[in-house]
Amino acid sequence: MSTQTSPPSSALHLAVALDGTGWHPASWREPVAEPGSLYSAGYWAELVAEAERGLLDFVTFEDGLGPQSTHFLDPDERTDQVRGRLDAVLVASRVAPLTRHIGLVPTVVATHTEPFHIAKAIATLDHVSTGRAGLRVQITARPNEAAHFGRRTIPRIDGYESLAAREVIGDLFDEAADYVEVVRRLWDSWEDDAEIRDAATGRFIDRDKLHYIDFEGRHFSVRGPSITPRPPQGQPVVSALAHWTVPYRLVGRQADIGYVTPHHTEQVRAIVAEVRAEQAAAGRPGTPLHVFADLVVFLDSDPAAAAARRERLDALAGEPYTSDARIFTGTPAQLADLLQEWQSAGLTGYRLRPGVLGHDLSAITRGLVPELQRRGAFRRAYEADTLRGLLGLARPANRYATA
Amino acid sequence: MNKPPKQIHLAAHFPGVNNTTVWSDPEAGSHIDFRSFVHFAQTAERAKFDFLFLAEGLRLREQGGQIYDLDVVGRPDTFTVLAALAAVTEHLGLTGTINSTFNEPYEVARQFASLDHLSGGRSAWNVVTSWDAFTGENFRRGGFLPQEERYSRAEEFLATANELFDSWRGDEIVADRATGTFLRDAKAGAFVHSGRHFDIHGRFNVPRSPQGRPVVFQAGDSDEGREFAAAGADAIFSRYATLEAGQAFYTDVKNRLAKYGRRPDQLLILPAATFVLGDTDAEASERAREVRRRQVSGATAIKHLEFVWNRDLSSYDPDGPLPDIDPHVGDTHIAEGRAQVRMYRDPLATAREWRELAAANHWSIRDLVVNTGNRQNFVGSPATVARTINDFVQADAADGFILVPHITPGGLDEFADKVVPLLQERGVFRTRYEGPTLRHQLGLAHPDDLPGEQRAAS
Repeated sequence: MSTQTSPPSSALHLAVALDGTGWHPASWREPVAEPGSLYSAGYWAELVAEAERGLLDFVTFEDGLGPQSTHFLDPDERTDQVRGRLDAVLVASRVAPLTRHIGLVPTVVATHTEPFHIAKAIATLDHVSTGRAGLRVQITARPNEAAHFGRRTIPRIDGYESLAAREVIGDLFDEAADYVEVVRRLWDSWEDDAEIRDAATGRFIDRDKLHYIDFEGRHFSVRGPSITPRPPQGQPVVSALAHWTVPYRLVGRQADIGYVTPHHTEQVRAIVAEVRAEQAAAGRPGTPLHVFADLVVFLDSDPAAAAARRERLDALAGEPYTSDARIFTGTPAQLADLLQEWQSAGLTGYRLRPGVLGHDLSAITRGLVPELQRRGAFRRAYEADTLRGLLGLARPANRYATA
Repeated sequence: MNKPPKQIHLAAHFPGVNNTTVWSDPEAGSHIDFRSFVHFAQTAERAKFDFLFLAEGLRLREQGGQIYDLDVVGRPDTFTVLAALAAVTEHLGLTGTINSTFNEPYEVARQFASLDHLSGGRSAWNVVTSWDAFTGENFRRGGFLPQEERYSRAEEFLATANELFDSWRGDEIVADRATGTFLRDAKAGAFVHSGRHFDIHGRFNVPRSPQGRPVVFQAGDSDEGREFAAAGADAIFSRYATLEAGQAFYTDVKNRLAKYGRRPDQLLILPAATFVLGDTDAEASERAREVRRRQVSGATAIKHLEFVWNRDLSSYDPDGPLPDIDPHVGDTHIAEGRAQVRMYRDPLATAREWRELAAANHWSIRDLVVNTGNRQNFVGSPATVARTINDFVQADAADGFILVPHITPGGLDEFADKVVPLLQERGVFRTRYEGPTLRHQLGLAHPDDLPGEQRAAS
């Protein structure tokens, strides 16, 4: 067991989003990048070890059911950026035995996958990591990804703004909410003490403590129970990235963490209020729900150096880098100022997207983290052994258990 | 001139969710705690085994409409636990049973290619099919496949996955910082598959993995199953671990290879085999008897009788005589999610035979189930077991065995410590790993080194 020192009450939570060589599309061309190692276990193990040295709450792993693309809907056939990636759940599991405290949160695409398979995969990640698993649920409206599965066609949308597009996306998010509901029920489909090994009666389990989930929805029906016993955390952590009302609703209904993308303090307040309203509308106002902001970060001890680095990368890419999230360029201390300011506007943590993993990840762990610690705003040691514990989330009771 | 002896292949089957596994033994540990998997895998690797094998079932078994509670219940997700085991082993192959009915090729191909990358080329896929709507109730697809569709879907599933694995040649990623060229080929991963079961196209997003494709296992025993294996599998997980039945199966399957342009050494026959060791043969026999009795409690005996009788026999005394009533013959079965019930093709005849056996030997229900159930394949002192295993392999009853211990996770320890050194002394089992990938241990060529027509056929 780790030392149970409580973090300061003003502490914020920090996660890092791992993707390729970093979030800037030219990041692979930096001397510190290792583009040739992207598909090896060692590459990911080193990144997660660095994040763990920085006492971060967790890392997320991006994923997708098709090649990466700069186009919002179609493949781009570009050859000047990283393409191809490994299955995120398997990467997370591969690094789990090599780490001890940090949470592991792979991306899962709900649209074309089976909730039954994912429920047992994340439950197993939780068993393998002894309580450090989570998932980040995502949808896809990409026609090319639907064609990889050939089971359904998704109406082609023309952007995110039109009414028709919002209907399509809204439908996919509704499906994702059902998906998470199934996954959560499957995690509870075994009570913690279902395994009895009663030699006297010859019974290995008490079958009254295993439960059919009998979910019936528009897109799937799932009977249950899971084939995998309840994970150590009971309910691994569920998270989602959300940019507008419909995904805010998913976060409000089903998530433990929502990642949002405000660009200034007023927006932080507005978005947090909207997410909290969705949470209340979903009938879970008392449930802890973290709202994290996503930020792309370029960090150097000299702000001019960070800006110059970003410009150099933009020049290599041939265009300025843009993002759904705010792009922060500056020093760790300046970033700490921003994080604390936004924290006071209602956020509980951040998911930082390093511009260049080989540079900005260690700037977070060795620059930002000590700065926040000096301000009493971040843990000095891991205070819990599970991801829920790090996030201050209690282990939930099983919905099927009778008191 | 003497032929050099065949080299034996050995694998370790993690104890499963059936009554082979004796969970009531004081030595029995968790079947779900990752430490059990680590212990088991590291024992197999210490003994230089070829690979670890995981079975899978996608719905908990039921009997009489209730979840079956007498055997070990529950297991981890196959891919996820294998990926984690890749972190605690270096050479051991990682074989997962993955269903072709309740999965899609794009996702499974991604998972195997990812596992192969993350393990440095140690992944293998035991391709199985499902027949039942019972399991389908857990999946989007629902429903079930008629018997004749199962292999046709499995074959097309595997062919499609191979197209996905092959959609990257392996030389596309150049990552040239100076020119800014990451990919040599904008079309890397492009695929089109149009068939009866799958009509898909697009771009596969996992670059070529170390083994090119995972090693492919096949486990079915039907004529279609054998043909499927002969056409494209690298190994068969068979159930014929006796000498004569093993030789017959071995000859039959190896003879099917020529028509696919394949050599006999391109398909390994690896039966599942149980074992019990003792200091002497007599002690081992005594232990084997004890193990069989522990595997069949009174309650288990009644349930196994129900596999044949296909009706509720819970009112019968396991220590009493067999039922007078005849089996119920019909389309529905009292046991669901269990392949073995289909072995009893003529339950009335089996019941008659069993009643006669029980009467002749004065057996109770439990005695009958203990005595007609599978005996352990290898029982004896380490020397006896080593000699028998070697004899079977040299006599072409198998190319090696997938050992199924009855204790989790320590059931392999004794074999690793006592039998493996004897096989190594005989010069029929490796003392060091042959190379980094599972293909190296199994003596299988990399798919890129096979003639083109064979690649296409598989």
